Amino acid sequence: MFNYTLRRLLTVIPTLLVLIVFSFYLMRLAPGGPFTSEKPLPPAVMQNVLERYGMDQPLYVQLWTYIKNIVFHFDFGPSFAQKDRTVNDVIAQGFPVTLTYGFWSAVFVLVLGIPLGIVAALRHNSIWDYTMTGLAIFSQIFPNFVLAPILVLLFTLSWGLLPGGGWNGGQWEYIVMPAIALGTSYMAGVARLTRGSMLEVLNAPFILTARAKGLPERVIIWRHALKPALLPTLTYMGPVFVYMITGSVFIDVFFSTGGIGQDFIDGAYSRDYSMLLGLAILYSLLTFALNLMLDLLYAWIDPKVRSSL
Amino acid sequence: MKYRSAIVPFLLSTTLMTAAFAADVPEGTQLAADQTFTYRVLDEFSSFDPQVVEDVNGSEVVRDLFEGLYNQNADGEIVPGVALSHTVSEDNMTYTFTLRDDARWSDGKPVTAGDFVYAWQRAVNPELASPYAWYMELMSIQNGAAIIAGEKPITDLGVSAPDDHTLVVHLSQPLPYFAKMVTHATTFPSPKWAIEEHGQEWTRPGNIVSNGAYVLTEHVPKERSVRERNEMYWDNDKTVLERVVTLVIGDEAQGLTRWRAGEVDKTDIPSGQYPTLKEEFPDQAYALPRLCNYYMTFNLKDGPEPFQDVRVRQALSYALDRDVIVDRVLQGGQFPAYTFTPGATDGFEVPEVDYANMTQADRDAKAKELLAEAGYGPDGDTLSFTYLYNTSESHQQIAIVASQMWKQKLGVEVTLENQEWKVFLETRGNQNFELARGAWCGDYNEASTFLDLLTSQSGYNDGKYSNARVDELMAEAKSSQDASPLYFEVEEILSQDMPVIPIYHASINMMLSDQIMGWPVNNVEQNWYAKDLYKVAE
Repeated sequence: MFNYTLRRLLTVIPTLLVLIVFSFYLMRLAPGGPFTSEKPLPPAVMQNVLERYGMDQPLYVQLWTYIKNIVFHFDFGPSFAQKDRTVNDVIAQGFPVTLTYGFWSAVFVLVLGIPLGIVAALRHNSIWDYTMTGLAIFSQIFPNFVLAPILVLLFTLSWGLLPGGGWNGGQWEYIVMPAIALGTSYMAGVARLTRGSMLEVLNAPFILTARAKGLPERVIIWRHALKPALLPTLTYMGPVFVYMITGSVFIDVFFSTGGIGQDFIDGAYSRDYSMLLGLAILYSLLTFALNLMLDLLYAWIDPKVRSSL
Repeated sequence: MKYRSAIVPFLLSTTLMTAAFAADVPEGTQLAADQTFTYRVLDEFSSFDPQVVEDVNGSEVVRDLFEGLYNQNADGEIVPGVALSHTVSEDNMTYTFTLRDDARWSDGKPVTAGDFVYAWQRAVNPELASPYAWYMELMSIQNGAAIIAGEKPITDLGVSAPDDHTLVVHLSQPLPYFAKMVTHATTFPSPKWAIEEHGQEWTRPGNIVSNGAYVLTEHVPKERSVRERNEMYWDNDKTVLERVVTLVIGDEAQGLTRWRAGEVDKTDIPSGQYPTLKEEFPDQAYALPRLCNYYMTFNLKDGPEPFQDVRVRQALSYALDRDVIVDRVLQGGQFPAYTFTPGATDGFEVPEVDYANMTQADRDAKAKELLAEAGYGPDGDTLSFTYLYNTSESHQQIAIVASQMWKQKLGVEVTLENQEWKVFLETRGNQNFELARGAWCGDYNEASTFLDLLTSQSGYNDGKYSNARVDELMAEAKSSQDASPLYFEVEEILSQDMPVIPIYHASINMMLSDQIMGWPVNNVEQNWYAKDLYKVAE
């Protein structure tokens, strides 16, 4: 297992290098640059600006400088749009925000989705099952951009219970709506997946054996059925979780949380090259870390996976 | 010999007679207990550094944090800021400002003329590489352009401080509206000691030292900023608002929802919603004239051959029913435009250009006639071209309506093409278009900020229109004491040559809580100062 982890960690470096080089050139293919504006800068001013950011150099020199700064100084460069700040500053401020509501959203998804699925499976074809399934399907047809305005309409405008947006240092009332809006459709997915796989596991021969041995139902469910039933849910949650903690552009913009999702879209529109590249690196590192964590989690849950590592 | 400019006695008398440049609270007003003004901004500020800031919202904050030589009053006229008055030399090339002696930085240090010299040198310093260095060039300060180009040291800039309360500015050419230009953020003083101590991080709360009515106390990028009353400000006694909070709300509709919920006092109105909101909130929905125009520009360099024919350009312009576009499509209190310069511009009388006075039916008839003369229309060739605009709902609506008008009235075939903003700018800037959308907001309140755009040498003249007489008139206007007749003639020429089709002059649509008083509704630049506002009890 240790060797496996080490091997996986070592593949990060070449992957990131390819990503950086590829993204670096791709971004510059888009017409316009960070300093293109309705009022074009006079040539002398433009020259000064380009020089200041080293953008008067050939592209490969810029790329080399960029990589060198990351490796030796952990410096991801200046933001062209937020001129008083560096990319490090922006990520350091925005990522904790996104991580916080993403985390609570994932908690919401799992805490609600898994029990819903289990209950539906255990009370198969009962009124419980139908209610849960109906509820799950109902919430799945509400993507976040439909749900968010509805939540605000109810909780802010009609009932005056929660603020319509903002972050305010991450107080709970500012987290509730972003977390629910982001999580609801995934919660429904988790509930349905859990229900399906739970049903499948409950009909598996080893559960039949357990029942034949006269084990109490509680033990059968908790000790034998739950772990294998959660495998598909885990597979599903991996990429979903990365998506959640890296922020949804929509949630960030709609609820004005100040998370990094917004920087991604702003960065694209304003051609904030270093910001985009910094975020791309962050996203890929997170994706990588979470995938590795998931793989290790699989190994822990499933002996078959463990022996193949 | 030097003489006092006409503005000086006026300024002095304003100083003595009214307190027009502080919150003017009528007696008996019941003020709200919580003097906090909260407003929505679309996205994060570019900077709080006066010499670096380049966005409108950022400049609003900077105007509260810092104070320049002059401020604007509710009508957009200049009133004393750090400077009390100025004199102008006979050749109009040297301005001498007298600074007040009670101005203080937020750390208690006096504001001196040297702080302005430092700031202005900083603005043109190639090392700082401020994108707004061009504004200093526009102000025609001696050696500004050469310093930006790296040909001279910054100490050669034509600005000096003979003593702490006197600032002398030498210009490279006479500029009648120079005094108006010093209300711009780029010209505000900056604290050398704080900048040298904290470097790029000097604008962070805690580090920042400022001389305006407010100090920055909190800033969470992309979420909020808070500025609070500056106890050191020379006119602090008259400031009423205690705190000003900005909330970044990227979504316009969400901004409106939060305004309805009472979370913000001011927000923009989403396009097309002004009439219904005005009905629902007659006292809180505003459509105010704004110093911006909206036009279509012909590509006269690489565009289609027919555009070289002035009759074709006139016909296309005449056939557009501006009233329909403004009243039926935009519905936001815009003004139909027949001139390039907005009528709201200071000292600009809208000239009675011929086609503005015709009825739309007459214009349509004339358009058909002109196009037929040029050889297009029912009896000639079909005129066809592409109209380019940047992706946006309202630009699209205008494009569709305009192309329909042209098709129905003149039988013209228009292909519509939209591009993402920066792609669009690049395409238009490289003359890779036929007819393109354009819009321009004034940098200062004077007609030349618009009309300079259509001179041959302008870097913003994307249609590459060139008329020697226009160039000559605009050059003459720079040194003329009364440029109105010159601008009048330029607009006359433009209405004949029709290098651009003026569509409308813009308005600002906003919801402003009826608790907030003192908003400068008559200031067409919409330069507001929180120190002039106050909040009344509900």
